[in-house]
Amino acid sequence: MREALNQWHYVLAAYVVGIGGTAAMIAWSWLTMRRAERRRERSRGR
Amino acid sequence: MHGFANPARFLRLARWLTPLLLLGGIVVTAASLTWGLVEVPPDRLMGDTVRILFIHVPSAWLAMAGWMTLAGAGLVELTWRHPLAGIAGRAAATPGAAFCAICLATGSIWARPTWGTWWVWDGRLTSFLVLLFLYFGYIALAAAAQQDGGHSRVAAIFGLIGAINIPIINRSVVWWNSLHQPPSITLGKSAIDPAFLWPLFAAMLGFTLIFGGVVLARMRAILADMQAETRLRRKARGAAEAA
Repeated sequence: MREALNQWHYVLAAYVVGIGGTAAMIAWSWLTMRRAERRRERSRGR
Repeated sequence: MHGFANPARFLRLARWLTPLLLLGGIVVTAASLTWGLVEVPPDRLMGDTVRILFIHVPSAWLAMAGWMTLAGAGLVELTWRHPLAGIAGRAAATPGAAFCAICLATGSIWARPTWGTWWVWDGRLTSFLVLLFLYFGYIALAAAAQQDGGHSRVAAIFGLIGAINIPIINRSVVWWNSLHQPPSITLGKSAIDPAFLWPLFAAMLGFTLIFGGVVLARMRAILADMQAETRLRRKARGAAEAA
């Protein structure tokens, strides 16, 4: 029996992986940068 | 180039360039992916799965460009001892590894309906998996060097040696029998129809801008951490001497 494949399911899965991964990477790099720069400012003030 | 080795000058430039690259990249990527999903017709052979290539190809390009960036930074670090070169190499490693993982995952998702399998151990896929492991090795080496408070010279040498894998990935579909198609875009020539080629170029531009923004953000984070560490250590030493 031939397996029924809906190509759009694969397209959707790839876009979730690609966009989700990229968005997570942007958010993580931006937040760690802000946190590190705040830490540097605090170390200046102490 | 030597002028940008000065951290203060680099920070002046990076402060406005980081959000500009990230925002520009997000806008161009969103527009190109919408174009690829909505406007591009299904391919004659691949059908709708051709749309996966608008994520898969840019992530493959950035996984390889990421390694070339850290290898280039390693060369500059070893040759001219630029203070920012080691930081640039470390900053490029994480986004490079992330795009390498995205490339492998989206390639596997594309392969299932197209080849009938999630994975084959052929030259292209295996050499790309090796690239992901090389990224893990580089990240571990750079983190260990940072913990010891030393220079990332070993990581820089590892980056240069690992660059041997890049031409192997590029030529793998020519040297060995592979399910993966041969190069579709070569210098001055393309086997891809313009209906697919232009949104693909737009997606590559968008993802590249994001990659540049993430590398700058990582560089700023590493630099700020190092400066805070140095200041806190100096203050602790001063307090100990005073006591």
